[in-house]
Amino acid sequence: MSDPKATLFTADEIGRALTRIAHEIIERNKGSERLALVGVHTRGVPIAERLAARIADIEGREPAFGKLDITLYRDDLTEIALQPVVKRTEVPFDVSGMNVVLCDDVLYTGRTARAALDALVDMGRPNVIQYAVLIDRGHRELPIRADYVGKNVPTRRDEVVKVRLTESDGADEVLLVDRKDAL
Amino acid sequence: MSEPQGSKLIRTLLDFDRFTADDVRAILNTTDVMAQVLERPVKKVPALQGFTVATLFYEDSTRTRLSFERAARAQSADVMTFSKGGSSVSKGESLRDTVATLEALAVDAFVVRHPSAGAAHQVASWTDKAVINAGDGRRAHPTQALLDVATYERSVDAPVEGRKLVIVGDVAHSRVARSNAALWRLLGADVTVCGPPTLMPQHGGLPEGVTVETRLDRALDGAHAVMALRLQQERMHEARFASPAAYAEQYQITEARLAGAQDDVKVLHPGPMNRGVEIDGRLADGPQSLVTQQVAMGLPVRMAVLYHLLVGKGGSA
Repeated sequence: MSDPKATLFTADEIGRALTRIAHEIIERNKGSERLALVGVHTRGVPIAERLAARIADIEGREPAFGKLDITLYRDDLTEIALQPVVKRTEVPFDVSGMNVVLCDDVLYTGRTARAALDALVDMGRPNVIQYAVLIDRGHRELPIRADYVGKNVPTRRDEVVKVRLTESDGADEVLLVDRKDAL
Repeated sequence: MSEPQGSKLIRTLLDFDRFTADDVRAILNTTDVMAQVLERPVKKVPALQGFTVATLFYEDSTRTRLSFERAARAQSADVMTFSKGGSSVSKGESLRDTVATLEALAVDAFVVRHPSAGAAHQVASWTDKAVINAGDGRRAHPTQALLDVATYERSVDAPVEGRKLVIVGDVAHSRVARSNAALWRLLGADVTVCGPPTLMPQHGGLPEGVTVETRLDRALDGAHAVMALRLQQERMHEARFASPAAYAEQYQITEARLAGAQDDVKVLHPGPMNRGVEIDGRLADGPQSLVTQQVAMGLPVRMAVLYHLLVGKGGSA
């Protein structure tokens, strides 16, 4: 385990941030009708799941839910490993006319969001697309911003924001780590 | 959680000699995703934008060539089509010069079909670009084998591992048989080949562990998948059969002959079929037949192969 410089978010704080975001999504979209939460693989998926569950609790109506893999839409192929791993996209509803909230763990350069937008519009024509992230760490390389943010964290480029979620990593926490320690 | 991940950088698909089961599983996994893309309103992704794929066909083929071209375009790659007729081949240009010419035109991948065994290997020795063997003589046709495995696995929703494939017909002259035998063995399936003794490959012509059986009823016993090969008329004399009817009498795959196979046995044929010769027409159109699905699977498989060969660390983009 690498040595974290700081804990950015504890499990309790992650829970509270997601609850707040769920309320903001409902408020902005005036309920959960025609609302869809779509998580970007890998850690955007549990975030979208948790937001969908909270919204269902509050509104008594489950929003649509999907998973998006953006590998085929990446603009930087050199970042793909030895052999690419493409995951299944599972969006089991027609996105046309829906209010889609894209969900991811960290907003950094904005390139993932750009790819996710392209992937989504190839599936249909959503009414609106909004963007929810747990952490916005800055350093944008594209004109992209999030509509819902768990926490804004100023970082340096040589730092790594590690989001760990119970579903994929066994615990909920967000850590700040030096890039040299991140492996 | 864990997706199959290939063990090394792969830039050529010539046969399965240097492939591991994990490498193949990675490609088959991507095939699923590509099939999904083809079901969307927009049947295209930008994954190979900026790449150029050249198809080099020295042998007639419609399906394979069209399917590779569509596979490249569906990922936003550009395609250059080269075929023997109407090219400088008729002026005597060698394969090597043609490859050099296309390389000078900034091609990223060569898809090669050639009547000579080893032609794709030759091309790969001349260029460091991606090379895919789309059929070389009687040697190999790896994307056909991949699509056969993908079609079978999808139809039964289970891996081929531990299952029995029987390939029936002119195995000696069939690159489809050779590639399928190699691939199904690699993935842990049992493989039996069957046909007239004269059409069975001689010593060393088959991958390790493949069973040769000349009696059809014995071969089909317990089979999960049966692949009938196209019987070429010009090989009839080698097979020492007087007529297609005489061959059919002993080796045609019919519903009755599948009695000893598994209840859910599937029937495959690489096409084009001689109905009433190597396969019964009704069986080919029946519920056990995967022939139509095989053709459809060609596209997502070739998309996945192009993607894996062109993308990844060391990729030229």
